[in-house]
Amino acid sequence: MAFENGCGLCKISVNNIGVKKGGDTLLSDVSFHLHCGELTAVIGVNGAGKTTLVKSILGEIRHEGNVSFESHDGEKISKVTIGYVPQHLDFDRSAPISVEDFLLVGRTNSPVCFKRKKEHIKEIDEALQSVGCLDLKNRKLGELSGGELQRVMLVNALYPLPELLVLDEPVSGVDAKGSEIFYEAILNLKKNYHMAIAMVSHDLGIVKEYADNVVLINKTVLKTGSAQEVFDSREFKNVFFSVPERWA
Amino acid sequence: MELIYSIFSGLPFAWADYKFMVNAVIAVMLIAPLMGILGTMAVNNKMAFFSDALGHSAFTGIALGVVLGIENELISLVVFGVVIALLITKVKNKGNTSSDTVISVFSSASIAVGLLILSYGGGFTKYSTYLVGDILSVTGAEILCLFITLVAIVVIWCVIYNKLLIISVNKELAASRGIKTALYENIFVVVVAVVVMLSIKWVGILLINSLLILPAASSRNVTKNSRQYLAVSVLISLFSALSGLLISFYADTSAGATIVTVSAIVFFVTYIISKKK
Repeated sequence: MAFENGCGLCKISVNNIGVKKGGDTLLSDVSFHLHCGELTAVIGVNGAGKTTLVKSILGEIRHEGNVSFESHDGEKISKVTIGYVPQHLDFDRSAPISVEDFLLVGRTNSPVCFKRKKEHIKEIDEALQSVGCLDLKNRKLGELSGGELQRVMLVNALYPLPELLVLDEPVSGVDAKGSEIFYEAILNLKKNYHMAIAMVSHDLGIVKEYADNVVLINKTVLKTGSAQEVFDSREFKNVFFSVPERWA
Repeated sequence: MELIYSIFSGLPFAWADYKFMVNAVIAVMLIAPLMGILGTMAVNNKMAFFSDALGHSAFTGIALGVVLGIENELISLVVFGVVIALLITKVKNKGNTSSDTVISVFSSASIAVGLLILSYGGGFTKYSTYLVGDILSVTGAEILCLFITLVAIVVIWCVIYNKLLIISVNKELAASRGIKTALYENIFVVVVAVVVMLSIKWVGILLINSLLILPAASSRNVTKNSRQYLAVSVLISLFSALSGLLISFYADTSAGATIVTVSAIVFFVTYIISKKK
């Protein structure tokens, strides 16, 4: 019997994604699968096209190919909710926007500077509590540390509850403690909500510890498998440890 | 309006005996909250320079009205303002040129073309009042027009506020939540263009931007969330506009310049407070 997950999805297929900009090919024929309840890490060197792949999955840039979603009984689903935690949030840190304001925006159409519904406030409190940062609620968004901001971004990405969570280098520049708290929260999500998680990362230690599957890319997919399988592969060694010809 | 005039005439102040002053006070009580509200988002979206350029382009708006033979200058002003606001936004979002350069080009070009046309045959003097504006010239009918604008802007504001807030934090993040960022940006710049162009006759091309930006900029210095930000911005805007207008009455100075001077003083006070925190 097929496993019926909480989100109704079983498989997300990234099919032949290709991206060209000017005369350059940024991605070509990228295909792999993401499964619910699993964390799939996308790794590659700088310029391999990791962030371009994220933008394609989010539908932010024009690309060839598509991303398709299938339910546990093989039925196609046309649209799913995707949560996104960006790599680095470039924003005006002096803006008077509190964490509560920021998290309320996605929950209501009435201006967040006016009346706030008690149920929304309760939801936000619970969500912040779940990642251990309820005390940040009334702080200004721009005053948060890197780790705190990423946890708030994670809370933001989880409403409405997504079927697919996309993390783009989520703890780059965050201290070890902040990074650990963040990944604990991710593991909880995977376990409790059976969510499909795609994570772009250059931190191979993190990938080895947390990823169920690894996709190695360099403009196209070079190798897929478990972290150990990919790390032991010839393709991995060629990408990360080869000496450029001109230096040999 | 007669009822309002009779209420004001009962006040124990010298200025309340003059109908033009009563009109001016009512007008600033409508314009100031509008500027206070829009300014919060204009500052959040780093549009201070944009609204400055928009104000400068008013000359071309008036000039086009003259060339096309449009009797009511307000129509050509608003239409041109909306067109230039959308154009700047489009070029800014599409091109690779940095946005301040794009805005500067539009600003210089539109002020030059306007001055060129209006100064043809030495007839610029009659338009020079647009430089500093004249709030004392506002009429009862114009106040009604301002009131309708205020109501319309508040309604539109309520609809687009949350979307603009998340766009102001990060455009890509907003897009990932399915928000059509270009659409909301365009609605906002059109709203700003309409308000700026409607108010320019009374506030003046040189001062309009200060009225839009200074209250919100002051509010940012002392507030921590969006509710405080909006409330303090509107209060500072109202305080500066009313006190500036009354000071100008007793000191016999330009109303617009006095209002902006008060706004600037408030900004520096809040700036010092923020640094001492």
